[in-house]
Amino acid sequence: MAAHIAYRQLGNRSAFWLLFLVSALFVAAGLAAHLSMEHHGHVITGMDNRIVWGLPHVFAVFLIVAASGALNVASTASVFGKTIYKPLAPLSGLVSLCLLAGGLAVLVLDLGRSDRMIVAATQYNFKSIFAWNIFLYTGFYAVVGVYLWLMLERRFNRYAQAAGITAFIWRLVLTTGTGSIFGFLIAREAYQSAIMAPMFIAYSLAYGTAIYLIVLLSACAIEQRPLGDEVLRRLKNLTATFVAASLYFAAAHHLTNLYFTRNQAVEAFILADGGSITQMFWLGQVLIGGALPLILLLAPGVTRVRILVACAAIVVGGLAQMYVTIIGGQSWPLDLFPGYTASSSFADGEIHGYTPGLWEVLLAVSGFAIATILVAVALRVLRLLPERLDDASLEPAHPAQQA
Amino acid sequence: MSERKQGQRDDPPDSGRRAFIGAGVGVTAAATLAIAPGIRLIEIAQAHSSGIHGGGLASSKQRWGLLVDTTRCKSGCQECVSACARENAIAPGSGRPSQNSQWLRKIELKEQRTGRELSLPMMCQHCAKPPCVDVCPTGASMRRADGIVLVDRHICIGCRYCMMACPYQARSFVHEPLHDQNPQVPRGQGCVEACTLCVHRVDKGLQPACVEACNKTGGGAMVFGDIKDPASDIAKRIAAVASSQVRADLRLDPGVRYQGI
Repeated sequence: MAAHIAYRQLGNRSAFWLLFLVSALFVAAGLAAHLSMEHHGHVITGMDNRIVWGLPHVFAVFLIVAASGALNVASTASVFGKTIYKPLAPLSGLVSLCLLAGGLAVLVLDLGRSDRMIVAATQYNFKSIFAWNIFLYTGFYAVVGVYLWLMLERRFNRYAQAAGITAFIWRLVLTTGTGSIFGFLIAREAYQSAIMAPMFIAYSLAYGTAIYLIVLLSACAIEQRPLGDEVLRRLKNLTATFVAASLYFAAAHHLTNLYFTRNQAVEAFILADGGSITQMFWLGQVLIGGALPLILLLAPGVTRVRILVACAAIVVGGLAQMYVTIIGGQSWPLDLFPGYTASSSFADGEIHGYTPGLWEVLLAVSGFAIATILVAVALRVLRLLPERLDDASLEPAHPAQQA
Repeated sequence: MSERKQGQRDDPPDSGRRAFIGAGVGVTAAATLAIAPGIRLIEIAQAHSSGIHGGGLASSKQRWGLLVDTTRCKSGCQECVSACARENAIAPGSGRPSQNSQWLRKIELKEQRTGRELSLPMMCQHCAKPPCVDVCPTGASMRRADGIVLVDRHICIGCRYCMMACPYQARSFVHEPLHDQNPQVPRGQGCVEACTLCVHRVDKGLQPACVEACNKTGGGAMVFGDIKDPASDIAKRIAAVASSQVRADLRLDPGVRYQGI
């Protein structure tokens, strides 16, 4: 099994440099956007005092949530003892760390005072879930870093399972923390729910596995390394299960809110009358991010291109979901005086629109570019991707099962 | 040769001494530079509140609060809003109106069932259990012992989580560089800010600018004072008339109460 697997760096130089340069271009654009926002202030963005978290947060939270889910394959190997996934586990850990780096970079670069990171690292309010998340994110690096090392260092392979279990628990707590950022907002009708935490875990499983599959399929195709049908069949079924779980939690969340009379107005806004938010929900989150991947992954005659399209759809749907959650939740006005209609110079009582500016689009997209460049460089210099991933190499003791 | 040797033997202690003294001066200067702002911060943190009733540091024996009589607050009157802007040097920025700071705003209300109309000022409610303080990762959002909720501009990182958490939409983010600030009311680009209850005035025994303006040229709808002091006007009024807290269901115990809603 894993002992027979030889790992090798990426060999296709031209593909690597093309990916590196294109990603570097987007990273540079993101940094330019950050410098511009730091110099002129957030006045040059589409954000304001009502939509305080904009597109950078949509992308950053998506990447952070996906980072946790990208560890799925490694967890399945180490925690649940599925040996077929063991050779795929190092890539899983790597993608996870790189996605987190991309998400955190965007989050930090969007701060009003990103120059004060030393303050964030030294001053803590332990009642804040944000402060807890700082520990959860940095701890995630340490835990997954050690886990990766134990997986790659053959002398210590026997400790990898313990590290894998720790990483598994850690990332569940981490995504609980991310979901709770919204769940703990007591005054916002679209959030303020304990379901946000498990719902974000379900989302993370779907988004992370989808991105992992995109990386795996692309790397194997570019490098012309064999990738077995059996392992792909299992991975695409796993992804479909996670997509279904995400849809279940989204349905439970909205149906619960619909049951409470006081939340029916905000639900009507998101589900029916919200314009672009409603379109993002039904077209983006449900159709593109839910129904389409389920059909593509579960209908007979699945091909690798279909899996790739399904995973891309999950990513698009995931971004739409984050947009609905983050922007939609803020667009809906706070109800300070139930039973009254309110108006003010601060948009009280109004549904507030949001149009992202160029700078925040560039900053947001750079999160993906940072993750991509880190994955590409790591795979180029480190032996993390097996030379062969055909079914016979992955599980020689057990013949490949038929789909 | 021997002289050179002697010199070589003697030189290191000399140069070492010079280096030591030089380093000492450098370290002292660096330490002074590093500690000085800290000493200033400690002074601010130990806010000396003489208060309306006088004496001592900000104390939990006091709870500064406001009572707004909505029956006397006139629709369209902006005296409190203008006074707040003047006192705290809040001017419209170059961006969209929704990007401007608004520490105090007037809300016009219409009761859906009866059509009754009323107007009231809305600002930081200086909650006893403020969600903004709970969620702030660095502790920049803080509540003084006397109940005034403030933002420490030195450690606010501009994450805006407090703005997401505030049930009253009372906080603003400084979207662009600031000019012509009031030295007593430091503000900063990239930081979150809100009504300070004119803490710089309260600590000198004065009333907040909005209250002063409302009583001078407005409808006389605002009363400020120590709600823990039974002898204060505000405590007597709260005890005598029905008043309510906005979003009382959240049980945050705001220091601002409204009469007539």
